[in-house]
Amino acid sequence: MSTTDLTRGDPPARVPFYNNPKVRSLAYQFALCVVIVLLVWGAASNAIDHLRRAHIASGFGFWNTTAGFDISQTLISYSAQASTYGRAFWVGLLNTLLVAGLGIVFATIIGFVVGLSRLSKNWLLAKVAGGYVETIRNLPLLLQLLFWYNAVLKALPEIRDSLTIGGAVYLNNRGLFLPKPSALSGFGWVEIAFFVGLVLSIVFTIWARRRQERSGAQTPVLWVTLGLVVGLPVIALLATGVPVLFESPQAGRFNISGGIEVLPEFAALLFGLSIYTAAFIAEVVRAGITSVSRGQVEAAYSLGLRPRPTLRLIVVPQAMRVIIPPLTNQYLNLVKNSTLAVAIGYPDLVQVFTGTVLNQTGQAVEVVAITMLVYLTISLATSVAMNVYNSRMTLVER
Amino acid sequence: MSMSDEGELAIANMGFVRREQLPPQPPPRRMTGPIGWVRENLLSTPLNIVLTILVALLLAWVIPEIVNFLFIDAVWTGMDRDACREVVQHREIGACWPFVWERLPYFIYGSYPGPERWRVDVFFALLAVAVVWTLWLGAPRRDIGMVYAFVLMPVASFILLHGFEVIGLPVVDTVLWGGVLVTIVVASVGIVASLPLGILLALGRRSHMPAVRLFSTIFIEFVRGVPLVTVLFMASVMLPLFVPDNFEPDKLLRALIGIALFASAYMAEVVRAGLQAIPKGQFEGAMAVGLTYWQRMRLIILPQALKTTIPNIVNNYVALFKDTTLVFIVGIFDLLRTIEVARIDPKWAAPVTSTTGYAVAAIFYLVFCYGMSRYARAVETRLAQSDRR
Repeated sequence: MSTTDLTRGDPPARVPFYNNPKVRSLAYQFALCVVIVLLVWGAASNAIDHLRRAHIASGFGFWNTTAGFDISQTLISYSAQASTYGRAFWVGLLNTLLVAGLGIVFATIIGFVVGLSRLSKNWLLAKVAGGYVETIRNLPLLLQLLFWYNAVLKALPEIRDSLTIGGAVYLNNRGLFLPKPSALSGFGWVEIAFFVGLVLSIVFTIWARRRQERSGAQTPVLWVTLGLVVGLPVIALLATGVPVLFESPQAGRFNISGGIEVLPEFAALLFGLSIYTAAFIAEVVRAGITSVSRGQVEAAYSLGLRPRPTLRLIVVPQAMRVIIPPLTNQYLNLVKNSTLAVAIGYPDLVQVFTGTVLNQTGQAVEVVAITMLVYLTISLATSVAMNVYNSRMTLVER
Repeated sequence: MSMSDEGELAIANMGFVRREQLPPQPPPRRMTGPIGWVRENLLSTPLNIVLTILVALLLAWVIPEIVNFLFIDAVWTGMDRDACREVVQHREIGACWPFVWERLPYFIYGSYPGPERWRVDVFFALLAVAVVWTLWLGAPRRDIGMVYAFVLMPVASFILLHGFEVIGLPVVDTVLWGGVLVTIVVASVGIVASLPLGILLALGRRSHMPAVRLFSTIFIEFVRGVPLVTVLFMASVMLPLFVPDNFEPDKLLRALIGIALFASAYMAEVVRAGLQAIPKGQFEGAMAVGLTYWQRMRLIILPQALKTTIPNIVNNYVALFKDTTLVFIVGIFDLLRTIEVARIDPKWAAPVTSTTGYAVAAIFYLVFCYGMSRYARAVETRLAQSDRR
């Protein structure tokens, strides 16, 4: 046998072009693109046709049209007669961000407490925390919101039978009314003290870190910065003789005027979102802590670390690496779930914009597109930030 | 007497050497049994003592409240709202069960016409068969069960529920559907549609063809980035604009399309995680024996990928089941909406009516969701056993 046999053999059978994987792949992709283009084109032409027959304007001209409806909670100035749909959009967006921001804070606190409780050596506490997580996670959020709103907050007394604390705080089925603080002259000193405290605490943190890197000595950074940021303004407040005027709400027979008003819709949404998301955060925290292997703790003990420093220096830093990505996911879910506000009438972005504005203008495509764009921006920005974080935190292995 | 005898005697006389072993003493009473358990698990440190007392106080406050509301103070018989009002009955009033009892058919069937309600019952039975056949791992011929659950049952259920004049089933408009029926229909459509669509999207996202990968990724990331409420709004207000007039889908179908698309994007990510866990050698081995793409996926890759993701798939279904309540917002009468309608009915308007209605909904969702998550956990344990070997 010689090599000539191999080289002289029959030429390889020619593969027909339709069996060539490259040609096939190109053909499939071309077909997919054609189908999608046809679908989009068909949908667009149908939509244009429908809108023209229904005499609905298209484009974003409505943005500067006067809105003509009221919003029950506005963080920026807004009036039905003078403000535009664009203004209403910003009011709704700010309301969404307010409830989501506060919800994230409360959900994180409750979630960490419950998650750590589930790992507690105290049997009763662990079981109760487990019961909380299992119950809350298995009930729809909408049901919980309706319960808080209709069965709890709407069942509070009428205005004339309000619960009150010394005529300064009122609680009834129209909401919670708190005294409204307003600054008098001299309050500027408190603000100055706050900024001085902030700058000093940043300087102190940097100094403490350098010192630890140099000598290994630790300083109680948390307490000192807290003292600077909170303590200095309090001292300034007392030194200037508390230049704050509290305007108490005035109770009438049928309504309460003045003061800060916390809507029951807002309270119900905040309760519901915090309690619901906390149950998921608790599971994230538990998974993060159990992911730190037992050997890490034992090694820390054998080096002579006491339980508390072990937790702070060994367990928590390693657990946080596991906890943070799913935690941000839960925060995103909370922001998305805040759209359920529409069911109980809290004026968030969806209720104001996709609800009222859409009904008034009829411009479904534009309104829904803008709303989706807002949530999409929040989601994508968060996931980009998460990817950066993950690439920085990935363990570099040999 | 020899020397050795003397030594022997000396040992025998030393009182402190025992010849036989003592029986083991019982451990201190305070460290074992119920007392020891309580000391170890409830009162180990001062902080734990305080926590135990606080939690016990909390339980002592909450549990009697719930038991009183549901059973002890509850009203069991009555004709209308007067039976459930404190001002009429002059006593503490708990749950208003006659309200639930009277409205139960409405909660289950919505406004589905009375004489046709047997069709809904048959649908529930068909569904129960499908659930047991596909979920019970020891059931016979589960391959047929899959075909039944994902092909035959949906078609039969549609004919049964919607109606088919030719075989003598009058058409029932979906506007009349409601309650548990709609909740189950929406959840099952989401479950049945999201698995195949999700698998296709996941495969698309891992495809080598750039166009396929691009479109799958855009779809998945877009749907996962927006809230379900806006997807439902899009389905209910924008979909009618996009389709020709004669195809206009009814309200329920629009919501179903929204839910199915939303669920399949989430399912795609779950399946993709499973696909990523398959070692590269499996793909290469399948290629080496000359299987085509679809044969590779169907026979080698997907069976392994889906097996490991069963718990995640079921957890995804739990989330989907809870999310079905959101169809409420686009005006569909699911269980929660029927309860909302019934609780403001003047005939039963009383302070406790709302809470009673929500308690019924809570029990319903808790039973279904908890059941599903228990199942997921059981499968997880079983799979862990097979991997341990």
